[in-house]
Amino acid sequence: MKPFTYSRAASVQEAAQTAASVQGARFIAGGTNLLDLMKLQIETPTHLIDVNHIGLNRIEATDEGGLRIGALVRNTDLAANEVVRRDYAVLSRALLAGASGQLRNKATTAGNLLQRTRCPYFYDTRMPCNKRKPGSGCAAMKGISRGLAIIGTSDACIAQHPSDMAVAMRLLDANVETVTADGTRRSIPIADFHLLPGDTPHVEHRLTPGELIAAVTLPPPIGGTQVYRKVRDRASYAFALVSVAAVFGEDGSARFAFGGIAPKPWRVDAADAAVGSGPKAVADAALAGAQPTAQNAFKQGLTARTLASLFRQKEARA
Amino acid sequence: MDAVELTVNGRDVHLQLDPRTTLLDALREHLHLTGTKKGCDHGQCGACTVIVEGRRINSCLTLAVMHEGENVTTIEGLGSPDNLHPMQRAFVTHDGYQCGYCTPGQICSAVAMLEEIAADIPSHATQDLGEVEFSDAELRERMSGNICRCAAYPNIIAAIRDVAGEGEA
Repeated sequence: MKPFTYSRAASVQEAAQTAASVQGARFIAGGTNLLDLMKLQIETPTHLIDVNHIGLNRIEATDEGGLRIGALVRNTDLAANEVVRRDYAVLSRALLAGASGQLRNKATTAGNLLQRTRCPYFYDTRMPCNKRKPGSGCAAMKGISRGLAIIGTSDACIAQHPSDMAVAMRLLDANVETVTADGTRRSIPIADFHLLPGDTPHVEHRLTPGELIAAVTLPPPIGGTQVYRKVRDRASYAFALVSVAAVFGEDGSARFAFGGIAPKPWRVDAADAAVGSGPKAVADAALAGAQPTAQNAFKQGLTARTLASLFRQKEARA
Repeated sequence: MDAVELTVNGRDVHLQLDPRTTLLDALREHLHLTGTKKGCDHGQCGACTVIVEGRRINSCLTLAVMHEGENVTTIEGLGSPDNLHPMQRAFVTHDGYQCGYCTPGQICSAVAMLEEIAADIPSHATQDLGEVEFSDAELRERMSGNICRCAAYPNIIAAIRDVAGEGEA
């Protein structure tokens, strides 16, 4: 790791103000992704602001009947929360499909949203990568691209977003609440929070420098049959090739969100609308305009089959 | 250098550390508790698993300075050669290792994992989110963060099942 200094913030205000005043500062919470990247010198902060003790670790009901999840709530605690298990089961399921018990004990809600891609060329500092080093090129497109994105990509980058949790958050129309050094608060719909790569794959989200995620809020429960299916190379502890989060409503409507196939949690209105026409139609709508590589074109068929499996799971429960 | 106070295996320790020092390196290189192993050093293998404030974590992916004032339990704190922890004894009884390198991490992980089941924390293998039920599938899923390249998995599961009082499944 490159040398850095360390401080422990005592309040949200102190954390945001330190971030605004110290050049090259980064927040650290769980650290499970940031420290990994710092060891490889892909991330090289000059100062770490430990935000683990600023009181953002509560899960509470909102006035609207939804849920407010503090930024520092650990993945384990969010997945195990009684209300989440009962009313937002797809979120519990997505969290539990990710990482390992040890990692979920450290990983936080906000950190999970901000985790970087697992593209092997992003990690390999000897190789070109437009996300790691803007303008250097993309080694993935003609390299090992089996696990990478097939839609939402650009000529600059085909990296996938690795999160399971964020896919469920996208399905549930979560909002990301932030705070800046001057005390300004804003709420960003998760649909807008992550950015597609375009010409600037190193810019991954809408946060401004020093802006701190305070919480993620969920709208009131939507009921229905909630399922999450993750397909991967191992039965456990592996990133998704394809994952699908779904809510099947009692009125025949449905929502779908997808992981492993795009640079951000992927959701398409036309896919939701196609539910009556079956899983193949939903997959076709979700993947319209996909530009897979020869190595990851299989994800298209895999998405359709994963959806078919979820439709059967829903039928079995009905 | 940053001053760090930890309680490790019940003993208060005071260290002066470069902030870059991971908890794993603090334990091994500064406190000479070499039971905790460095495998991948990237949170992929679980060999460095220790229990901090009652929870199992990868000690390679956290900085020692972030644990000021916290309680850390390593394999040395669970038991000793003369007084083995039940999980250590079960690993011996069931031959839950071959080379032994992953074993301290497996044992720390298993001890804390059973506490997670007792605390009704669900897993990917949990059928009904309303209630966690003990099964081999639960154990295998919950231990997936601890890799054993000798593939002693069947015997590791047997050892954990034994400690959990679930006998032969």
